[in-house]
Amino acid sequence: MNSTERELLKLIEKNGRLETGTIAKLMGITEDETKQILDKLEKEKVILGYSAIIDWTKGTEEGAVTAMIDVKVTPKRGVGFDKVAERIYRFPEVKAVYLMSGVYDLSVSIEGKTMAEVGRFVSEKLSTIDSVISTTTHFILKKYKHDGLVFSDNDEDKRIVVSP
Amino acid sequence: MITEPTSKYLSNTVQSIQPSGIRRFFDLASSMENVISLGVGEPDFVTPWNVIEASYHSLEQGYTAYTANAGLFELRKEISRYMKRRFGVSYSAEEEIVVTVGASQAIDIALRAVINPGEEVIVVEPSFVSYAPTVTLAGGVPVPVNTYSEDDFKLQPEQIEAAITDKTKVLMLCSPNNPTGTVLSKGDLERIAEVVEKHDLLVISDEIYAELTYDEPYTSFPAVKNMRDRTILISGFSKAFAMTGWRLGFACGPKPILQAMLKIHQYTMMCAPTMAQHAALEALVNGQKDVVKMKESYRQRRSLVIHALEEMGLSCHVPGGAFYVFPSIEKTGLSSEEFAEQLLMKEQVAVVPGSVFGESGEGHVRCSYATSVQKLEEAMRRIDRFLQTL
Repeated sequence: MNSTERELLKLIEKNGRLETGTIAKLMGITEDETKQILDKLEKEKVILGYSAIIDWTKGTEEGAVTAMIDVKVTPKRGVGFDKVAERIYRFPEVKAVYLMSGVYDLSVSIEGKTMAEVGRFVSEKLSTIDSVISTTTHFILKKYKHDGLVFSDNDEDKRIVVSP
Repeated sequence: MITEPTSKYLSNTVQSIQPSGIRRFFDLASSMENVISLGVGEPDFVTPWNVIEASYHSLEQGYTAYTANAGLFELRKEISRYMKRRFGVSYSAEEEIVVTVGASQAIDIALRAVINPGEEVIVVEPSFVSYAPTVTLAGGVPVPVNTYSEDDFKLQPEQIEAAITDKTKVLMLCSPNNPTGTVLSKGDLERIAEVVEKHDLLVISDEIYAELTYDEPYTSFPAVKNMRDRTILISGFSKAFAMTGWRLGFACGPKPILQAMLKIHQYTMMCAPTMAQHAALEALVNGQKDVVKMKESYRQRRSLVIHALEEMGLSCHVPGGAFYVFPSIEKTGLSSEEFAEQLLMKEQVAVVPGSVFGESGEGHVRCSYATSVQKLEEAMRRIDRFLQTL
């Protein structure tokens, strides 16, 4: 990957809504070049999607409960952890799955409307998978920072309007 | 402005200088709502967290007392290493560096240390608003030398020669320049150095924006041949490390001058704030990554703004550093004050009239691009709309 591609990725990682025209001007390249690079990176699956980071606790109950679940599993012969991980990440409630080093194997992030809904998912769907030995569910009480973004209102410009 | 009998108590010197034109514009802009400000001469980033934490740590450790007058020795050693590493100039931490309350104080004590009453200081304009008044306050006479957009606001050596009299003592340089963003290249500086040497001048080189250059490697004036011992280098932490409110700067230069500056500093300021000095130390040791990140962002925004100004037909040289563009508004037929005031009233965009930076700033406005991309785009749309109405 070259430095132009890296610069573009950093820009849209911070703000996926930037228009191609704006990206082009910021980087001092043409709009056509910008489109070509974006197409290429999408094709190569370097860019996997464009999503928004939303504070669901504000005004809506949707996805308001998030839990991180530590999962211990028995790896299957030949496929290791991958097959179990796949069975888990296919569930739409699951937002993220990571293979971890340390005392447990998979870290699973779940979002639901209520704690009961998340609880049901863990007891009825996750724990019942054959290879799953145990689960430990941690509910997130408050999000302070997520994906590099701070969840707070305290970000207004504190500078005076005109200064030397 | 100040009426009798109060004014009789004021010194003639202070009465002879005008309040900053920026101040007047600030009052006007702050009385309005929903203003997009391109009038801000400071980074839009908050000081990097590790730097803030270093000041907490300093306070927690009980560092609430004075430091040495010249500043924490550890900090001076680090400044010395930084100057060597980044710009290739060596200064002794013991005798050739003074830590000051912002680069502004460094400029003040530098001038007061070297100027006798009536001696002349060449000030390259458009210039930072404080230079000429600080020269006057030090008892000197500021001699403006204008630079022009057709030269990309670069000082021409023959202009210095033309301004030199038998009273000329100091040349004040600022590269990258506030408000034009112009950076003097190594070649430009070498040509200036020849004149400086020929006429035995002293140079005060304000390099506060040195970390914020975008197109070519930066040359520090004291790094130019024979210039180290006739230059007072002024710098600080405000711009590169987004630390304007911390008020921390420094001066480096030949021992006799720096020791003279230290005398003024110790009798008037004692020392710079201790917790800010610890923060600055952290900034120098671990802050370079943040500088690179901020600089990258400024470079992108410079490109956005230059592009937008070009599209709306406002001619503008490409500034090599700092975070200002200085487009010409001459074709509108308005003075820079009128332009800035009408733009503020009609479209709520604050820019600074070029005239506040000196005579040759007239016909231009200073727009700072240290503002979010969204605000910059909106501001450019509004300026375009404003131009259509003229």
